[in-house]
Amino acid sequence: MELFEAISTKINYWVYIVIMMIGLFAMISKNNLIKKLIGMSIFQTAIILFYVSIGVKEGATIPILYHDQVHAAHGDHGEADTSHGEHGAVESHEADIHINPDDFTNPLVHVLMLTAIVVGVSTLGVGLAITQKLHREFGSIEEHEILEIIKSGK
Amino acid sequence: MSAVSDFPDWGDPHSPANSYRLSQGYITDTFPQTSVPNMVTAVLADYRGYDTMFETVVIFTAGIAIIGILRRYGPKDKVIPEQKLYKKEPDLIVETTCRLMIPIIQLFALYVVAHGHHSPGGGFQGGVIFGASFILLALARDLQAAQKWVPESRILKLAGTGIFIYAGFGFLCLLLGSNFLDYAILHKVMGVTPIEARSHSMLGVEIGVAFTVTAIMFSIYSNLASNGYMKEGL
Repeated sequence: MELFEAISTKINYWVYIVIMMIGLFAMISKNNLIKKLIGMSIFQTAIILFYVSIGVKEGATIPILYHDQVHAAHGDHGEADTSHGEHGAVESHEADIHINPDDFTNPLVHVLMLTAIVVGVSTLGVGLAITQKLHREFGSIEEHEILEIIKSGK
Repeated sequence: MSAVSDFPDWGDPHSPANSYRLSQGYITDTFPQTSVPNMVTAVLADYRGYDTMFETVVIFTAGIAIIGILRRYGPKDKVIPEQKLYKKEPDLIVETTCRLMIPIIQLFALYVVAHGHHSPGGGFQGGVIFGASFILLALARDLQAAQKWVPESRILKLAGTGIFIYAGFGFLCLLLGSNFLDYAILHKVMGVTPIEARSHSMLGVEIGVAFTVTAIMFSIYSNLASNGYMKEGL
């Protein structure tokens, strides 16, 4: 039971480890270059999953303010230095808007992962292009066949 | 694997990553400082502006690299037609669906870009959707049909324009006597409060990002699909 609890409360990390190992396996052991690239994508996805799951908070929503919160602030012109509050008790900052950090998931990890996705797309695109070029040159995308052609050519 | 037990629990609001004051500060201060409700966009385009700018450059570089690796010009173009003279006759269902879908996709893409700081979205997402609409056109008809809208010469200009817009915002801040990409100073030219200027500048740089991403997405697709000839698609 203890073991079950140890796994179930941290299920995201276990899933992430499994997916990452699948990707690593595909990258290392497959001969087909496209399969290697798929493995790389899986690996990246695992890392993205890991980061996003770190930012999760129980009962929190996406890091975008609610409509009424925005409008409450706009009623007071949304200026940062107007610090008179109509609901003074819940005042958290200089502006008249109360934001509880526990209500929103962590935006930082989402931003970082947006970067990671973009970089992932770029690397995948360049990888596919190189694979296609190799296929054009050697007529194969199998690593060992390409290596053989290179060896026999020299 | 043994390290897993040291990780914080799933969904714990007090885990180190969530309780660190940087993340907390982004959540609580973003709206008062930038008047952007979408914190992700605000952090992406404002607080981490450098990061995003060079991310756009990464996309641009990837596009250039793919063109450099794959693109083929010249006499080889004449070798191709004999091996695949595969003329697609227009299919009624596909044609009609595309004609209906593509404007809606593009409109949605513009919405995602323009509304990116009030709802989920932003330059990257909108740019990808916009690029996908051209890819759909290229898939449904052929590459020529899509290239009528985004010819190859225009792709690089578009991509360059995107980075230029982003960097332009940065240098405009510099010219007005502030730090690079410190949008608050732009209120002098925009005629709004410094806080709203940050919001508007974010929209500006997102549009720049969207330009680059749209162009490069289509460029990647067309180069990969046509094996560098840019003649026929799949």
